[in-house]
Amino acid sequence: MPTVSVKRDLLFQALGRTYTDEEFDELCFEFGLELDEITSEKQIISKEQGNVKAQGASDVVLYKVDVPANRYDLLCLEGLARGLQVFKERIKAPVYKRVMPKGEIQKLIITEETAKVRPFAVAAVLRNIKFTKDRYDSFIELQEKLHQNICRKRALVAIGTHDLDTLSGPFTFTAKRPSDIKFKPLNKTKEYTACELMNIYKTDSHLKHYLHIIENKPLYPVIYDSNGVVLSLPPIINGNHSKITVNTRNIFIECTGTDFTKAKIVLDIIVTMFSEYCENQFTVEAAEVVSPNGKSNTFPELAYRKEMVRADLINKKVGIRESPANLAKLLTRMCLKSEVIGDGNQIEVEIPPTRADVIHACDIVEDAAIAYGYNNIQMTLPKTYTIANQFPLNKLTELLRLDMAAAGFTEALTFALCSQEDIADKLGLDISETKAVHISNPKTAEFQVARTTLLPGLLKTIAANRKMPLPLKLFEISDVVVKDSSKDVGAKNYRHLCAVYYNKNPGFEIIHGLLDRVMQLLDVPPSEEKGGYVIKASTDKEESSRKWFCSDLPRTDSPSSWQAVLFFKNTF
Amino acid sequence: MADSPVLELLLRRLEAADGGLDSAELATQLGVEHQVVVGAVKSLQALGEVIEAELRSTKCWELTAEGEEIAREGSHEARVFRSIPLEGLVQSELMRLPSGKVGFSKAMSNKWIRVDKSTADGPRVFQVVDSIEDEVQRRLQLVQAGQAEKLAEKERNELRKRKLLTEVTLKTYWVSKGKAFSTSVSKQEAELSPEMISSGSWRDRPFKPYNFSARGVLPDSGHLHPLLKVRSQFRQIFLEMGFTEMPTDNFIESSFWNFDALFQPQQHPARDQHDTFFLKDPAEALQLPMDYVQRVKRTHSQGGYGSQGYKYTWKLEEARKNLLRTHTTAASARALYCLAQKKPFTPAKYFSIDRVFRNETLDATHLAEFHQIEGVIADHGLTLGHLMGVLREFFTKLGITQLRFKPAYNPYTEPSMEVFSYHQGLKKWVEVGNSGVFRPEMLLPMGLPENVSVIAWGLSLERPTMIKYGINNIRELVGHKVNLQMVYDSPVCRLDTEPRSPQTQEAA
Repeated sequence: MPTVSVKRDLLFQALGRTYTDEEFDELCFEFGLELDEITSEKQIISKEQGNVKAQGASDVVLYKVDVPANRYDLLCLEGLARGLQVFKERIKAPVYKRVMPKGEIQKLIITEETAKVRPFAVAAVLRNIKFTKDRYDSFIELQEKLHQNICRKRALVAIGTHDLDTLSGPFTFTAKRPSDIKFKPLNKTKEYTACELMNIYKTDSHLKHYLHIIENKPLYPVIYDSNGVVLSLPPIINGNHSKITVNTRNIFIECTGTDFTKAKIVLDIIVTMFSEYCENQFTVEAAEVVSPNGKSNTFPELAYRKEMVRADLINKKVGIRESPANLAKLLTRMCLKSEVIGDGNQIEVEIPPTRADVIHACDIVEDAAIAYGYNNIQMTLPKTYTIANQFPLNKLTELLRLDMAAAGFTEALTFALCSQEDIADKLGLDISETKAVHISNPKTAEFQVARTTLLPGLLKTIAANRKMPLPLKLFEISDVVVKDSSKDVGAKNYRHLCAVYYNKNPGFEIIHGLLDRVMQLLDVPPSEEKGGYVIKASTDKEESSRKWFCSDLPRTDSPSSWQAVLFFKNTF
Repeated sequence: MADSPVLELLLRRLEAADGGLDSAELATQLGVEHQVVVGAVKSLQALGEVIEAELRSTKCWELTAEGEEIAREGSHEARVFRSIPLEGLVQSELMRLPSGKVGFSKAMSNKWIRVDKSTADGPRVFQVVDSIEDEVQRRLQLVQAGQAEKLAEKERNELRKRKLLTEVTLKTYWVSKGKAFSTSVSKQEAELSPEMISSGSWRDRPFKPYNFSARGVLPDSGHLHPLLKVRSQFRQIFLEMGFTEMPTDNFIESSFWNFDALFQPQQHPARDQHDTFFLKDPAEALQLPMDYVQRVKRTHSQGGYGSQGYKYTWKLEEARKNLLRTHTTAASARALYCLAQKKPFTPAKYFSIDRVFRNETLDATHLAEFHQIEGVIADHGLTLGHLMGVLREFFTKLGITQLRFKPAYNPYTEPSMEVFSYHQGLKKWVEVGNSGVFRPEMLLPMGLPENVSVIAWGLSLERPTMIKYGINNIRELVGHKVNLQMVYDSPVCRLDTEPRSPQTQEAA
């Protein structure tokens, strides 16, 4: 869940009133946000780097607000304030308009070389914008938040924003050999080739995370203006030439990526959020994007979509009885402008370009429920009549667990993941004999495989509890996993029972006795006859399925105490 | 009671004593260890009111082993002084003496010796004074003679700093006559034997009273693991509410069932290598229900069933990728798909409690594997109000009555609600679960009828267990580093009662 950090006083100014922390927390809760932390820059620095470093840092109170992962329209102060103001019916949701420029439209031409590395691009212009330091910071911060979330760390979409007055269109989005791209990147004083930059940024704590996206491609994506000035090397860095500042008045925004839908959403979000500060509020100047096939499209889309929802559907899904007019009012408070039409039961809902998360009627139902207030909904019990059943394997497990404890053994609970060594080398087996499933991306050796036997976990439990008085009598009934090509995923769980007796003397008869007890509990008699069980010495360390076996393994080499463990397991 | 002469002597002395006597003094007088006298006092106390004993603690000074050596052989500095002949001693040689290093610097600061650096064979040490007074030795001998009080406090402290003296607390008894004082006490019987009953001797024997302040002997027993005790209770609750247990014995799952079937898009961050354990072997699922897969693919990439879809290129190879399931909702999806194949539709209530796996950063409350509890109801016309009603009943059985619901976002439920309960200890609302109505984009491709809604909720098993048993570090609860003593000592699990101590509240 993304966290947005906003200055409290600026937020209250935008909301047109102040709140106590408790009041604001309550408002967030109702709206589906979470006031996660109340802090200040000073507190943050002092927490992370100590009091000394924090000296001189700002004391301005910051609210850290957790925003649902699909609400990109709430990722900045502007959006948060707008959403809450509409929710509280203090303002009407603005209508975002795309306008054609008086002069020539800005053009971004995509060449076909981009197809293999970053095929999509969209663009727009914010005209006559007025930044302040706070607005500018928020603009930069929103891009960062979008990059981290919907843009999937710039892999799907990367945003570049430029001072249009320093550039001259039309712009070209192409892909070139890294050694052929040379420019002065943001906040550097000299020119570098793209190859050099990739090396320099390897040690950049921020940018190094994005290098992998294009690093191994033969061609890197790059955007030029008509004079050959580099706007950006997406998704890594912008050029210094077109850098925006607090004084920038006209902004050219480009979003490039591998996911066209998301690129359009990202562009819509940026322009809807910040057109608030344009001379003509909430208007965005169109830009034309020409595809390699010559087709032209105009962006941003800023599409308003109409959905028809029946009022009784909303009432039925939520469990309330509101009139269609009231429901329309509730939805309007969620920035979904709605009105009752047709037979008086139909509600026409307008989905604005800020609400890309609304893709189905169920999303509209949820918004109606939020505006109604989840905690105002009458709780009822469904009349669903059902007879409960236990999963037979778990039922037997529960019964056996109780009797294992009654037999004086203590239940352990060990990890299903472990190292190859645990299930192979340490038991004198070769890993290939184990039929274990292997994990491809373990962060440490503890998560290399799923266990094929419970024994290592129990032995490790003993090792970690050597301070405990002897004897230790442990058992576990849980699942192991082995490869099995008869299953759809190619692997199968087996439920195992494993018990260990650990003492200074071997006590073979104790673990043997426990085995006899388990068989007694399972109603299997000791007998050579069919349906009975026998215990035979085994040299085969890997058990044949559905057959009891025992062997004595492993022995510790410590001279003061050695253990004999009767190791047995069964496949239910 | 002839078996203890000290006990006998104690009683005699006490009879003659005026008021009472001190156990330590008695030990000195009798020439026995103090502990022997203490033992006698304790066994007399056990007889009832024969004597009264009041515990007193006095402080006294004792020499350390080094202190005793000095009292015997002189301080290090004195020993250094004495070892220097008239013609002096080479400094390096002096340093090799047992007392050399410590003694040298002390003797220097006492101005007993001097170093001449001009001699040919290196610095040489000479005596400066003819004779010395070894104050340290004298003082330690005083303490040894029990006259520590003759030293000034400053002097004692200095010796303590040099680790030659220590202050010890001596626990002694002030013993006086009790109400039933007698010099002839007979041994009390601890147990009633069959012989006493048959001979009738029990009538005349005194019996030792039971000591109720001592702990009893715990029986040898096996124990159930606390987390699994809580699991049993949750199973019980679901069964009481009429929920059927879903099969969850498949840790390995395909991305299809774990994500795609739940309408979780293929670029979703949860599908990242950083969050999910993928498999190298078997890397891909062998079979998928292909006609259903086609419907899922269409819903993701183009929409349908009233949905806009996510509008991206859905890839089968991504769906085939095997993984360790990240949630039991994968099992719920399989169960619902099975339910959808049964015609006509019959309402169902399902639950599961089992392990799930996340490739996460580990800390005191997060492990790579944990247990998830999940409840699911599928029926015609279920509402958000129904979900809240079921949650209220469910949490009431856990002893949680104050609930409120916060709008939230989950990829596969809409509407979604986080469940909060008011925590008395922390005096704030804390999240106790997550819930929602499964999206139509998940249910309709499975083949469930359009007017059937599925409501569901989930929570972790570890968190309520940690709160219940007051455990702060999850490693003490789950895995091989478990504290077995904690397992031995853990009480039965009654979820509808308050946790015991205030410290357990902190764990939340």
